[in-house]
Amino acid sequence: MKTKNLLALEGNQAIALAMRQINPDVVAAYPITPQTEIVQVFSEYVANGEVNTEFVTVESEHSALSACVGASAAGARVMTATSSQGLALMWEVLYIASGARLPIVMTVVNRALSSPINIHCDHSDAMGARDSGWIQFWSETVQEAYDNLIQAIRIAEKVHLPVMVNMDGFITSHAEEVIEPLSDEDVRSFVGEYKPTRMLLDVSNPYTIGPLALQDSYFEFKRSQAEAYKQVIPVVREVAEDFAKISGRKYELYEVYNLEDAEIGLVVLNSAAGTAKDVVDTLRTQGKKVGVIKPRLFRPLPVEELKKELSHLEVIGVMDRADTYGGFGGPLFGDIRSILYDSPNHPVILDYIYGLGGRDVTLEHIHKVFEGLESVKSSCKVENLVNYIGIRE
Amino acid sequence: MKLPGWKEMPEGIVILEAGNSREYETGSWRTFRPVLNKEKCINCLFCWIYCPDSSILVENEKMNGFDYSHCKGCGICSKVCPVKAIDMVEEVTV
Repeated sequence: MKTKNLLALEGNQAIALAMRQINPDVVAAYPITPQTEIVQVFSEYVANGEVNTEFVTVESEHSALSACVGASAAGARVMTATSSQGLALMWEVLYIASGARLPIVMTVVNRALSSPINIHCDHSDAMGARDSGWIQFWSETVQEAYDNLIQAIRIAEKVHLPVMVNMDGFITSHAEEVIEPLSDEDVRSFVGEYKPTRMLLDVSNPYTIGPLALQDSYFEFKRSQAEAYKQVIPVVREVAEDFAKISGRKYELYEVYNLEDAEIGLVVLNSAAGTAKDVVDTLRTQGKKVGVIKPRLFRPLPVEELKKELSHLEVIGVMDRADTYGGFGGPLFGDIRSILYDSPNHPVILDYIYGLGGRDVTLEHIHKVFEGLESVKSSCKVENLVNYIGIRE
Repeated sequence: MKLPGWKEMPEGIVILEAGNSREYETGSWRTFRPVLNKEKCINCLFCWIYCPDSSILVENEKMNGFDYSHCKGCGICSKVCPVKAIDMVEEVTV
């Protein structure tokens, strides 16, 4: 029997390892808690000559992503990583990268946005970039973050769009987990050689990138960009198939857990999904028909697929680790309600905003959420559509 | 120039044809236009040398009028002309 190659790694170390194995042409990054260790460990690989990467040390995240845009347009395979304020500082460049259809791959170690200043996990950083045109993957565990990042390279380069791979700050980024990494050779042959369709360094085929497009063309460019996201889901599936062949780990667009015969379902991203699944196990032993769905691909949103998975439910709780201040519930809540608006049996959908600024989400919290959903199911009465859990009154 | 529909747009905000800027007409906001008096012109081509927008048309080494699609009407040609062969005429009167 072939022995498994197992390693105990923190999330950040696993991401740095994946980056070493991918061996990108250019990495431009700026350190920020809780992402720092990715840049730190990767820079050691660069210093040790373990990668051929041109590592660009920049003065800010705005510059980091700008350097990535230039390098990607020049024809390089490009990666970066950030968190929170760093992602916020990249904001205008995010749209430039996606509009220019540059396949940059970035790890986002999710952390709360100021103010008040906080270094711990929530999803307000990536949710703020929700509409920026980046493909978004979310990862429950270290293993998933590692696996998603490797698949992201293939997906980005196939669909010509940038990809963001999210994992929870500290909870995943600094938690040591036993993972099964792929061999260097397997990763290298899986990602293959990057062959851009066009590149600025190809001087025999000159072209202009990023020209002004005013009232007469901007709309057509953006409409054609909107169309590009339709090809993403089949590519994500195809890459997952290939990845399963070398890893034995098969990824779907989302993970469903006891959902098929469930009457009450919970939608939850990233690490809290593990806690939710644990609660579902307990409730199932009590005969409760409850389940969980954990979206992995959040942008583009798998609308039809999620509708199919969720429309049989009677009551749905959506867990949002970000708020839309002045809006109507969290960002995931809005999407899920919109997806199910025209489903024939109209599930009741409630939002639970949790864990802002790294506030722990416990088994008790999730038990309470399920209790609330169950009382909505039996009484058909909803007190509050948008709820905050784990908060001092 | 017929503008392409969204399905015909090149991927990624690019212009694939090199040297395409001449297709973009930039002479529409001129206030004064240069008008050549061929009888006075000595074909010294000072205007061609000084024009900042490559809008002096030259044929067989002779001054042959203006590219009004790109001329902004700055008047430099008229100013540098040693024989005063270029008049600046207000657009509305032309």
